[in-house]
Amino acid sequence: MSIRLLLLLLLFLTPHASAEADKYGVLHEERSLYTRILVHQNKDLLCLKFTLVRSDSNQSCKDLAQPKRMVFSYAQMSMAALLFNPNPDRILIVGLGGGTLPMALRELTPDAVIDTVEIDPAVIRVATDYFGYRTDAQNLIFTEDARVFGKRAKIKGQRYDLIILDAFNGDYIPEHLMTVEYLQEMRDLLTPDGTLVANTFSSSNLYHHESNSYRQVFGDFINYRRQDTGNRVILIPQAQRNSDTRTPLSEELLLDRARALEADLRPYDVPIVRIAADVAIAAGAKPDWNLRKRPLSDQYSPANLLRKR
Amino acid sequence: MSLELLGGRILAPYFGSGIYVWGSIITIFMLSLSIGYLLGGRLSVHNPSSSRFAAIFAVAAVLLLPLTIYAQGIMEFIFLRVEDPRYGSLVTSIVLFGLPTVILGMISPYSVRLLVDNVAESGRVAGSLYFVSTLGSAIGTLMTSFYFVLWFEVNTIIILLIGCLALLAALAFTADRIFAK
Repeated sequence: MSIRLLLLLLLFLTPHASAEADKYGVLHEERSLYTRILVHQNKDLLCLKFTLVRSDSNQSCKDLAQPKRMVFSYAQMSMAALLFNPNPDRILIVGLGGGTLPMALRELTPDAVIDTVEIDPAVIRVATDYFGYRTDAQNLIFTEDARVFGKRAKIKGQRYDLIILDAFNGDYIPEHLMTVEYLQEMRDLLTPDGTLVANTFSSSNLYHHESNSYRQVFGDFINYRRQDTGNRVILIPQAQRNSDTRTPLSEELLLDRARALEADLRPYDVPIVRIAADVAIAAGAKPDWNLRKRPLSDQYSPANLLRKR
Repeated sequence: MSLELLGGRILAPYFGSGIYVWGSIITIFMLSLSIGYLLGGRLSVHNPSSSRFAAIFAVAAVLLLPLTIYAQGIMEFIFLRVEDPRYGSLVTSIVLFGLPTVILGMISPYSVRLLVDNVAESGRVAGSLYFVSTLGSAIGTLMTSFYFVLWFEVNTIIILLIGCLALLAALAFTADRIFAK
């Protein structure tokens, strides 16, 4: 067989993925110290995944045709935090993912200082290389465990107006980041009127345990669920106060603030007026979980074993 | 092994659950066990008896007790003084697990001395002992990580371990008394 024929055959055998790579397929894959990271593209949708097995394992997605659009409902739902305080000075985000939240908040609240904590350097690299995550003097990243960061921040007297808990691994939330002690540490980092937002799921038995953990630390909270997704976002305005001393938020006030934010949030595809109406309803709702399920603590945190029970 | 697994849980609130935390714990357990083997072997040379054997279990049980009471305070103390969580978790592992693990490491060589009657069967006895102790480690690992953490609090599991050690101490002590008569 001549060399030329061999080359031709090789060319034929090479998967023609290279021509298609910009439209579909795995663009990047690596095994970090903590998880397996995949960057996957499907048409205009670029997604960060931590495992390949489950289809719902997307951590973060970006619409290349409309880069600002918040693809996931949880990200949109988290923006409800701006209804309670449209101008936070200091923001803490636990868990970077593709950097959707810090990048959006950097633009929406240009005066705020944003601290993001991410344990995995590989996630930071991927967010930077593929999802346009950028740090600057007001948008900082800390490569640390959130428990360690939180304890040190408290000692340094740091306080935040908004804390967003969004730390996930390939499985769910790391077990030591679901306990009442951790939530208390986060509560201690808030300013007196600061808001706490937590991105969780409502689709497993863990929902009851997790809800009771938040209830033990914060008392009542706004349990914001949407019918169309398994996402549940916990919203706690004035989270440092006892739940009975928090200023009640009327539907009119929320809707007024939503209308003021509407134009700014439009490029992000966040239906803030609808979110405000949902939040107003959720704020008045009774707990829909089993209040007898045990809260998670540093002593008792078999969190991911409880999911399937 | 059960204790080693719980170590990860105990350290997580202060030092996170990074790979370095496991690195610290495993290093200290290995180091302590190796020292324990050495000391256990030395101790077995002088008047070996079941009573002394019982005392090893009793001492290990007593040394584990502070873990349930002072762990928080100790970790807080170290956390405030050691900035780097790698060295923080290493120092904490030494303080919390070092001494009890040294004592636990003494059990194996001492058992060999008590069970071996002649040189010819020493290999068989040592083999059986390794079998029992490693099998016990495997069962302890499985039960702790699959079930105990689901059923009990971390401190409850440690108290159960202490209870087991105390029971074994009592058994060995009683056995010595009976056979001595």
